[in-house]
Amino acid sequence: MSKLVKPVIEGWFTQGDAPALIGARCGACGTYHFPKTVARCANPECGATDLDEVELSRRGRLWSYAENQYAPPEPYVVTEPFEPYTIAAVELERERMTVLGQMPLDVPPDTLRVGDEVELVVDTLYEDDDCRYTVWKWRPVPNTSGPAADTSA
Amino acid sequence: MEEVAILGVGMHPWGKWGRNFVEYGVKAAQDALADAAVAWTDVDFVAGANTVRCGYPGYVSGSTFAQALGWPGVNVSSSYAACASGAQALSSARAQILAGAAECALVVGADTTPKGFLAPNKGERWDDTDWLRFKLIGMTNPTYFALSARRRMDLYGATPDDFARVKVKNSRMGALNENARYRKVFTMEQIEASPVVSSPLRLLEICATSDGGAALVVCSLDYARRLGVKDPVRIAGLSTPLPKFPQQTIEMPYFASDSAAATPGDPDTSFRERIANAAYEESGLGPEDLDLAEVYDLSSALELDWYESIGICKRGEAEKLLNDGDTTLGGRIPVNASGGVGAFGEAVPAQAIAQVCELTWQLREQAGARQVEGARVGLAINYGLFGHGSCTIVRR
Repeated sequence: MSKLVKPVIEGWFTQGDAPALIGARCGACGTYHFPKTVARCANPECGATDLDEVELSRRGRLWSYAENQYAPPEPYVVTEPFEPYTIAAVELERERMTVLGQMPLDVPPDTLRVGDEVELVVDTLYEDDDCRYTVWKWRPVPNTSGPAADTSA
Repeated sequence: MEEVAILGVGMHPWGKWGRNFVEYGVKAAQDALADAAVAWTDVDFVAGANTVRCGYPGYVSGSTFAQALGWPGVNVSSSYAACASGAQALSSARAQILAGAAECALVVGADTTPKGFLAPNKGERWDDTDWLRFKLIGMTNPTYFALSARRRMDLYGATPDDFARVKVKNSRMGALNENARYRKVFTMEQIEASPVVSSPLRLLEICATSDGGAALVVCSLDYARRLGVKDPVRIAGLSTPLPKFPQQTIEMPYFASDSAAATPGDPDTSFRERIANAAYEESGLGPEDLDLAEVYDLSSALELDWYESIGICKRGEAEKLLNDGDTTLGGRIPVNASGGVGAFGEAVPAQAIAQVCELTWQLREQAGARQVEGARVGLAINYGLFGHGSCTIVRR
């Protein structure tokens, strides 16, 4: 019997072929918010409460990246044996904001560079006996232009 | 901004004993009072810097320290502002004095801390950003520092050797500081042999957490004059600003920045630069006036970011400043002559106070083997979770 698969947190990202983060956009001033669970616009000169759910840009560029070598404390659920994972900070152009997320375990961090293009994927965060929990992650987009090295190396 | 005088400073050495934080704070307070030649019963305002790791007594630190010294019957404040807690307590004391509501205040902070990564309290809190960044992403504090370090590498050509050199420099100064927890001089080889915690940062490049306590006695200039203190060290500027929207850099513990889509803000001024600029503005001084600085080296790479944030060099030039020896003892503007947080480990509520203690000893020419020659103007700066940060400028 296959396990139930569910997002570790409901309503923060879509699934399927083109997953995206679900944020909120202020109807009055256009400021984006992530997470979407804000009661009022974060812009101090606005403060409007009419915020609409919106899918954020699926692609962005690496603001930075770091590979974490030590299992974090609770409430993070550690899968033993611990495998280091890379954290990406990604700049979204339309939203003019930066969002963190892990990268899938098969992404080699020594191929990354600030400025690389990445896109959102949904991947396993951890499993228990009943369920496989998923979360958003960022995966490099294979290079299509520029002098940068081949990322599959 | 009007100034207040620093009459006395005191510190309990930093270390790891797991004793009651009150003991450390009381020792620091008694030393500061003795240094000021002021009796506890002459203090008319108590400002405590809270610890959130020691239960209720830590949340009301001003009262806790005061009760331990003997209920004084005077006004109190207890402040928590993450790594800026000590500065917020000092700011509270300064405001009382400048308002004429107090003449002589005691400022105290102390902590006793757990091993390993700083972790949130137990329980589930799905609306707490600090809880969620662990639960959803496994985002630890060192990883934030690592993101900044990586940017220095990819944007400015910084190398792991540069980060290690900061550690070497600071360990040399920490070795001369009897209050520092780590008194060992490290070599490049030892640093590069320590395990990577969050690439590119290694274990020896990331500060530990420590027990410690520090205190100040501050007073009005008039009170200092009446005591016959000539030329006291003075607080010329003190800022505890919040970020300004849109905060575009991801700082602890957030996992998304603000969006600048509707309000471009000021992309050329970072939050950390704002922290420094606010204190410069109050003091009427600028980076060119500094003789020394104490900056919050949570990681050795972060010290390089701070050189740029406090304006002693342009963005991208911090490595050059370091490698030219400008920020070493004997250089143009020594940074972290105390040994920094790297040599102390972090005792959250005491750390900002400890920075001011160091600056005071330096300006009084009482820093012994770590003395910065001719020190007249010093700056201390730090930042912590949830939009906290502070900068204190002292002069003589």
